[in-house]
Amino acid sequence: MPVRLRGIVSAPKTHRLPSRIAKEDEPVLVAAAKRGDQAAFEELVSRYEAKIFRLTMNITRNNEDAEDAMQDAFLKAYSHLKDFEGGSRFYTWLVRIAANEALMRLRKRRPNQFSLDEPVAGEEDLMPRDLQDWGPSPEQRYAQTEMGDILQRLIGELPPDFRTVFVLRDMEELSTEETAKLLGISIPAVKSRLLRARLKLREKLDRYFRRGGQQ
Amino acid sequence: MNCQDVIRELSEYLDGELSPEARRDLEEHLRDCHECQLVVDQTRMTVEIFCDSQPVPLPRDVQARLRQALRRNYTGKDA
Repeated sequence: MPVRLRGIVSAPKTHRLPSRIAKEDEPVLVAAAKRGDQAAFEELVSRYEAKIFRLTMNITRNNEDAEDAMQDAFLKAYSHLKDFEGGSRFYTWLVRIAANEALMRLRKRRPNQFSLDEPVAGEEDLMPRDLQDWGPSPEQRYAQTEMGDILQRLIGELPPDFRTVFVLRDMEELSTEETAKLLGISIPAVKSRLLRARLKLREKLDRYFRRGGQQ
Repeated sequence: MNCQDVIRELSEYLDGELSPEARRDLEEHLRDCHECQLVVDQTRMTVEIFCDSQPVPLPRDVQARLRQALRRNYTGKDA
C-alpha cells in the first residue's frame, strides 16, 4: 500500500524555460542595441549581470575568474550582437558565451581536475541509503539569504565535471545536446554526470532538510 | 523494474523523457517502494530548489568595473 503518493500522482515536470526572467521588451532592447543604442545594451546588462555572474562563479568557483569571464562575455556579446539572429532568446545566447568564457578559465586553472573523459557510466550502486522524509516545504525552514548561501556552498562541493553539467542543464536549462557541445563531451556523458550531480546534491541537502536534521 | 533501475532512469523520468511504457513500469514500482518514492521526490525537489534560487545582486565594485569595461569598449569602438 502506498505510504506517500506525492511523487507518483503528479506527472513528472519537464524543464521550465528560463522565461521567468524574460521581459516582453527584450527583442526591442536587442534590436535597439544592434543599432548601436548603448543604453539599450546597458539595460540588458543590468537585467542579466547577476545571473551571468552566478553562472561564471558556479563554473569557475574563483572570484577573479568569474568576474573576468562575466566581463568578457558581455564585451563579446556587444561586439557580436550583429551575429545574434534571434533564433533563441538573447539570454540563452549570452549563457553560451559566458559558459565558454568560464570553462576556458576553469580548464586553464585546473587542467587536471576538469576531465573531458567519457563517463562514469559504471554500474556502481547509486541507491541512496538511510533515507528519511524531508517533511512539507523543507526549504521554508531557512531564510532566503541563508538558503542561498547553503546552495552556493553545496554546489561548490561538487566535482567540477558534475557541477558544470548541473549548472548548464538544470540551472540554466540548456538542452542535453547544447550542454554536450559546450563541454565537448558526449550526450551519454552529460546524462551520466547530471544524474550523479542531482543525487549528490540531494544527499547534501538531506543534511539540512531531514526531519530533526542539523541546523 | 527494481530500485537500481529506478535510479538509473531517474533523470529521464524527472525530465519527462521516459517512454510511456518505461514510465508506467517505474511508477508501478514507486507505488510499492517507499524508499524509491523518497529518492524521486527529494531529487525532484533538489532540482527545483536550485532552479528557483535567485542570484544575489552583483557586488557594487564588480558592477562598477563591468560598467567601466563596457564604456572603454564603446569609446574604443566609436573612436
